Amino acid sequence: MNFDFSDEQKSLKDELRRFLAKASPTTEVRKVLEGEALYNESVWKGLADLGVLGAGLPEEYGGAGGGYLELCIIAEELGRALAAVPFSSSILLAAEFILHAGSEEQKQKYLPKLASGELIGTFAYVEANGPVTPDRIAVTGGAALSGTKIPVPDGMIADIAIVAARDGAAGERGISLFIVDLNAKGVTRETVANIDPTRPQAKIVFSGAPAERLGAQGEGWGLINTVFDKAAVLTAFEQVGGADRALEMARDYALERMAFGRPIGSFQAIKHILADMYVSATLARSNAYYAAWALSTGSAELPEAAAAARVSATKAYQHCSKNNTQVHGGMGFTWAFDCHLFYKRANVMASGLGSLSQWEDKLIDRLRKSNKAA
Amino acid sequence: MNFDDTPEEAKFRQVARDWIKANAPHELYEDLANQGFGGAGGKQKSRTDGIATAKAWQKKKAEAGWACLNWPTEYGGRGATPIERVIWGQEEGVYGKLSGLFIIGHGMCGPTVMAYADEETKRRLLPPLASGENIWCQLFSEPAGGSDLAGLRTKAEKDGNDWVINGQKIWTSGAQHSDYGILITRTDPNVPKHKGMTMFWLDMKSPGVEVRPIKQANGQSEFNEVYFTDVRIHDSQRLGAVNDGWKVSLTTLMNERLTIGGSMSTGFSELFDFCSRIQTEDGLAIEDRAVRSKLADWAVKTSGLKYTGMRAISAVSKGENPGPENSIGKLVAGAMMQDIATYALDLQAQGGALNDPDLADFGARFQAMLLRSPATRIEGGSDEILRNIIAERVLGLPADIRVDKDVPFNKIPTSGRG
Ligand SMILES: Cc1cc2nc3c(=O)[nH]c(=O)nc-3n(C[C@H](O)[C@H](O)[C@H](O)COP(=O)(O)OP(=O)(O)OC[C@H]3O[C@@H](n4cnc5c(N)ncnc54)[C@H](O)[C@@H]3O)c2cc1C
Repeated sequence: MNFDFSDEQKSLKDELRRFLAKASPTTEVRKVLEGEALYNESVWKGLADLGVLGAGLPEEYGGAGGGYLELCIIAEELGRALAAVPFSSSILLAAEFILHAGSEEQKQKYLPKLASGELIGTFAYVEANGPVTPDRIAVTGGAALSGTKIPVPDGMIADIAIVAARDGAAGERGISLFIVDLNAKGVTRETVANIDPTRPQAKIVFSGAPAERLGAQGEGWGLINTVFDKAAVLTAFEQVGGADRALEMARDYALERMAFGRPIGSFQAIKHILADMYVSATLARSNAYYAAWALSTGSAELPEAAAAARVSATKAYQHCSKNNTQVHGGMGFTWAFDCHLFYKRANVMASGLGSLSQWEDKLIDRLRKSNKAA
Repeated sequence: MNFDDTPEEAKFRQVARDWIKANAPHELYEDLANQGFGGAGGKQKSRTDGIATAKAWQKKKAEAGWACLNWPTEYGGRGATPIERVIWGQEEGVYGKLSGLFIIGHGMCGPTVMAYADEETKRRLLPPLASGENIWCQLFSEPAGGSDLAGLRTKAEKDGNDWVINGQKIWTSGAQHSDYGILITRTDPNVPKHKGMTMFWLDMKSPGVEVRPIKQANGQSEFNEVYFTDVRIHDSQRLGAVNDGWKVSLTTLMNERLTIGGSMSTGFSELFDFCSRIQTEDGLAIEDRAVRSKLADWAVKTSGLKYTGMRAISAVSKGENPGPENSIGKLVAGAMMQDIATYALDLQAQGGALNDPDLADFGARFQAMLLRSPATRIEGGSDEILRNIIAERVLGLPADIRVDKDVPFNKIPTSGRG
């Protein structure tokens, strides 16, 4: 047993942290917040140049042939930096779907361009407010797609979308996946306001948009569940990165801010808030490590480990980001301070792959199945 | 990142498994598996039987080299790696519950003696501690010194080559069964509190030592008051330098947090099992969304603790020292166990009030947990002290403002208890 990342993986982490500190300070992220850009293009290009976008993809598809552990590290650093780039949409979802379900031709066609950052991909499946169920997917599929998806993360900047649509019977077996060129005819899109403006989302209307099938007919729902388990592990690292940074910010502020003649970090009420943040961030990190191991080895424990990592990381990020604001007092509620960026990111990420309660539900189902409680 | 056994670890695991299969007291399996937390529930053997059984298992393990695995062989251990010790724990499973009596000796007293006693003493005292022949206790807390351990007043005064001890300890777990103890005393009241203490080991049968069990809130008597009246201890029983006892006690307390935190049960697997079997108004409890949400929260805390422990072991096996981060274990597990017990009783509705193993659900295990768990949040460092440690020693926040730090011990105001 060696329950830690390797030295090479740790140096990748250091390298990325240095790069992001320079290329993606929150002043950059704020350009997207203020609506000056839909994402930080220069950061995205820089990540592509570093080989980060294709780090986890096989070499024959333009990747670096690294594995999921490298992706975990990348996700954590991007989360820490609040990077305003479509990594999760394009790499953790679109590329994963194609890698997992695509034909050889589709892989050759799309993956090298996703790896180089030349193409941006996203995943479009939500249509109505409330939990997504197979019966709530009304976009119709086939050679052409029609219907509306909302909200779609990175929907305004994506070149292609993996779209979940109905092209058969009712229920799960009627759902298939399609690849759609979002710049082609039959697609219109507009930005929709979302609680985290640093990661814009869109409403996309398909009216007879040309589509190519991804994976077998009727396999869509199963594919979504499989890819979501992997994405849950990777985004858990993004959440853990954000939670850790929020804890650090709060700690630093508590050391510096004086009240009643002493640093606020000397008040036990503040110390105990910070200790509890440390606890939740640490538990989330440990759950994420276990899931990373399960993901990287293709272990049968992945479904259970992924759900645990997801639940733990969602809660930790929400907990750390809200208390970061609390420790900052009035400053924490200003637009100028960064606290709200973490708070907003945490709460959007909490629903990205389905809500916390849906993942709690999955976790219990899976624990029951494995008949192993701890 | 590799969670699997290496080939050597797999081999070690197999050897351990084979030995346990051939030697464990299998007739006790059912009893142990169903044993309630804190000793209640289930069909309990009498305490003396319990001690004899525990000692017999420990002796058998020691003879085959399976006691205190990480200790050097000359002190009764096996010289095993930290990971091998974890593997052993996994394989020992429910039989590990038989070691409760030895936790303080093996986890805290032993490491302190190992760090500070002379070679001859170590070779004499440690092997019978490892083998369970001797039981040890930790004589630290006093009426005037719990969280604020350095407030202790038990006096040790030099008389020739001896020290004469007078005073009182309290909350001493297992003192009534103990052969030896480690004892921290005040040797100089004229200097600030942390600078005037000295540590010793002593024979609990020494004249002048009197042990009085205390009845606990859960009806049992694990802990005791221990009175010292002119107890004489030879200077060779001193651990560490005169007036350097605070530093020595930190060795013990660091090991304490590792020991207690690392091995604590949270009650989650019992609750999961329970919810998979009992009915609420709408059917099986585990089918209920509200129940699931609670279970999920405890599930990820439990797994998070387990893997945090694994990360700590990985770090230790690469040569890092176990640090204050380990405070997380008991802080999370203690509070969780109390919450879990409370919730399990809620699911039982009025029946939750029953506390007879034959009448209450699940052999009254959650009732036992409910009644014992308040102690877990206090013993070995209260929740608040653990949060202070994390805040100060892990996160680097300022220490509490102290009014007693640079004042001679005998000038510190007191609440007049001691
Ligand atoms: C079951 C059990 C077994 C035990 N076994 C042993 C044993 O074998 N040997 C031994 O030496 N001791 C033992 N103890 C004693 C234990 O270590 C002390 O009870 C514990 O350290 C708390 O001290 P106290 O009881 O004096 O409470 P106090 O220190 O008086 O604490 C009372 C309350 O004040 C809070 N408090 C105190 N100081 C601070 C602070 N600085 N900041 C914030 N809050 C604070 C505490 O958190 C607590 O809530 C045992 C205790 C129990 C319950």
